[in-house]
Amino acid sequence: MKSWLTTTDHKRIGQLYFWTALGFFLIGGLEALVIRAQLARPEGIGVSAEVYNQLFTMHGTTMVFLALMPLSAAFFNYIIPLQIGARDVAFPRLNAFSYWVFLLGGLFLNASFVAGPLLGAGTLSVAPDAGWFGYANLTSRQFSPGPNVDFWLLGLQILGIASLAAGFNFIVTILNMRAPGMRLMRLPVFSWMTLVTQFLVITAFPVITVALVLLMFDRFFGTHFFVPSGGGDPILWQHLFWLFGHPEVYILILPAMGIVSEVLPTFSRKPLFGYTVVVYSGVLIGFMGWGVWSHHMFSVGLGPIADSVFSATTMLIAVPTGVKIFNWIGTMWGGQIRFTTAMLFAVGFIAMFIIGGLSGVTHASPPADLQQTDTYYVVAHIHYVLFGGTMLGLFSGMYYWWPKMTGRLLSETLGKWHFWLTFVGMNLAFFPMHFSGLLGMPRRIYTYGAELGVTRLNEISTAGAFLIGISVLVFLVNLWWTRKRGEPAGNDPWHGATLEWAIPSPPPVYNFTVIPTVANRLPLWQTEHHAPMAPLPATPPAPIHVPGGSWWPMVTAVGLPLMAIAALSHQLWLVFVGLAVVIAGIYLWAYEPFEV
Amino acid sequence: MRPTPRLLAAILLAVAGCGGPFPQTTLAPRSDLGVAVDNLFTNIFWWAVVVFAIVEGLLLFVIIRYRQRTGGGPPSRLHGHTVLEIGWTLAPALILVFIAVPTMRTIFATAARAPEGALRVEVVGHQWWWEFRYPELGVVTANELHLPRGKPVQLEMTSADVIHSFWAPGLGGKRDLTPGRVTRIAFTPDSISEYAGQCAEFCGASHANMRLRVFVQSDSAFRAWAARQVTAAAVPPRGSLAERGQDLFAHGACIACHTITGVPQARGTVGPNLTHVGSRTMLAGATLPNTEEWLRRWITNAPYLKPGSLMPAMPLPDDQVAALIAYLQSLK
Repeated sequence: MKSWLTTTDHKRIGQLYFWTALGFFLIGGLEALVIRAQLARPEGIGVSAEVYNQLFTMHGTTMVFLALMPLSAAFFNYIIPLQIGARDVAFPRLNAFSYWVFLLGGLFLNASFVAGPLLGAGTLSVAPDAGWFGYANLTSRQFSPGPNVDFWLLGLQILGIASLAAGFNFIVTILNMRAPGMRLMRLPVFSWMTLVTQFLVITAFPVITVALVLLMFDRFFGTHFFVPSGGGDPILWQHLFWLFGHPEVYILILPAMGIVSEVLPTFSRKPLFGYTVVVYSGVLIGFMGWGVWSHHMFSVGLGPIADSVFSATTMLIAVPTGVKIFNWIGTMWGGQIRFTTAMLFAVGFIAMFIIGGLSGVTHASPPADLQQTDTYYVVAHIHYVLFGGTMLGLFSGMYYWWPKMTGRLLSETLGKWHFWLTFVGMNLAFFPMHFSGLLGMPRRIYTYGAELGVTRLNEISTAGAFLIGISVLVFLVNLWWTRKRGEPAGNDPWHGATLEWAIPSPPPVYNFTVIPTVANRLPLWQTEHHAPMAPLPATPPAPIHVPGGSWWPMVTAVGLPLMAIAALSHQLWLVFVGLAVVIAGIYLWAYEPFEV
Repeated sequence: MRPTPRLLAAILLAVAGCGGPFPQTTLAPRSDLGVAVDNLFTNIFWWAVVVFAIVEGLLLFVIIRYRQRTGGGPPSRLHGHTVLEIGWTLAPALILVFIAVPTMRTIFATAARAPEGALRVEVVGHQWWWEFRYPELGVVTANELHLPRGKPVQLEMTSADVIHSFWAPGLGGKRDLTPGRVTRIAFTPDSISEYAGQCAEFCGASHANMRLRVFVQSDSAFRAWAARQVTAAAVPPRGSLAERGQDLFAHGACIACHTITGVPQARGTVGPNLTHVGSRTMLAGATLPNTEEWLRRWITNAPYLKPGSLMPAMPLPDDQVAALIAYLQSLK
């Protein structure tokens, strides 16, 4: 127990990220099921308008910040050091700090569901209720007087610290900790996409942090950054939010694209088609992702010039994305495709991402978007991209790397059930939403009239959502069942090409007995140009120093939610307690003896 | 009126599993703006269908053709091809040109202001109802917008509280109402009909209950409606139940929020103007039919029907409620 609390081992932190994010994924999924149950019928009365608004706000916030990002982070943590031939990340204690901040930030946000009585509110739940996008000026104290929005803006600030710390950590890790010979253009694509993602994180999160700080000032100290009656501008919030929010979309999708770029070659027995182009496309997407934010704001009325420019940049970003898809298909072309569960999810990713991408092009066109924005058509689009894309990609990664993380394979039989239930479920749930949107159903409504004519479509969506729920249960059973009974994985169950497959599963605490020297992109494969790398020695030829654990990352992390709780309950003294904990934690951390 | 329903619309409606009617559909536009948007969408939609068929077809072909077989040869060594890369970079770029050009044209065509002499309507969003003011005609009403067919309309919109979005899909796309700004949307309705719409930007507890109706009428019917709307409120006959209602209204809580032209005490502007409330078809942000029964429920317990409503529950004695209903219904 103590060893887990104080761990700085990237593999353990990766597992902590995985299980915590999976827990939040289940919570976010339950919220989605309540939402779908409410909408199954017109004039739904399952939950009240207030609770419904909390549910969709928390569903979005949870899935983006507490499920998809940290599930990707689980793979960054576990896999990146293995792929680049390192013993750990560059800053192991900072890595532990990121995890604890993420965990506490997530718990803080979700505590809002039961914190009402403690804060003197009239209801049990005071969960955030202004949408995951938190548009001003609905979030001002005047229109959202309760603690709900405070939970949201404080929780996101805490989570932002975790993301930023991890972002810097992984950039330094990937740039500085690569094994000898692993030049950037020999980096596995998953590591490449992680690198691009982390640059997006460290540049995009400061923007949302500034926006949240301004909102905090508005709410706590009576400033008027976003309050029109005080000379502020609610549209400023939209610019800041989407200036973060669109790069965030690529923060969510690029890691999954990286996973798919590892899985497809392995199970096609062919190197990735157009490695260089795939890498440059990813980098290009990272840059272009900064120039498209106002396509979330076409209905604001920014004027024809702005609309035209943002429309053009948005359409342009379809080009590198399309190039990636063609290269993935090119990877499989002429291959010997093995349809393992990981491969099914990867191919499912491509198929679904194409749909999400194409519906995206339809609202890259501002006049068309004016009919689509804020309707279920856009709900369909984001779920094809973030569930059909990111989540299927992450599932693919789970089946692919689970044996490496645990030493045991997941059941392929249960895995195939999991895939097909997910695939059918998601299409049932999300495809009809294109139609309910075009037929006039707006988003974020807790009720709709039968006269809208979209009842049948909503019934189908709800059935599909529950099918996804069942598929997740199958996945959980698979995790549980194979815990002891799964087939032993060996070093390399899939015949992978990258370094993580050169070492035992699960890897020893030091990862590599000797740090390998890398001579090409596919070190473990026989190709026309080179033979596979020689196996590493089974035992370390020289003793390997592994640093011990540290309490201080966790202690430091505890100070942050203390300050947030202080702000919520308006206890100034508690702010100073939290601050003291953070400062003391950092001080003791900094002066901790290196050899423990 | 558009000649025939589009193929696309027909397909979508068939998929929807029933024949409609779909009062809020985006696929049967009845204004120049709506038609322009729909044409553009249809254009992009078919490009998307073509690309979808090609790429998903290619994907299906590859996973079937190259699945592992016993005795299959070694996998191909092909792992890059410069000409192919250039080809599949240029092809999508070219298709996007075919989408971008009509897009830009439509942006500028639909961004233009309505011509001189267009009917101006000021739209003010409130949590959670719509205020419609016709400055040239002196008409003020709520939730139900009346427009003459064939005449250009310029909506000039703002919000009294938070951001809302005006959306009547049958007449064209949406536009946000932002406090402190005036946003505009211009169109010319082309068919006499009734349209449903609702707020499209999340605006708080009862966002789902902020709906609207648009009545596009013949020019003469519109003028008759407007002429009646500018008159003072009807005066109930002496001794009638409605007169008692008027008395209750003028000396009760109602006047804090509602205006009735002709009743000097009633000058509130927080809630909708009720001068001609009896002429409207709907109540409560166009969510409830304007009938005696729904009026009774609305007056006695508005927050139950519209969560978060600023109008409090008013547990009045039955006879007082009946009098108020009689009065409000008389305000044709």
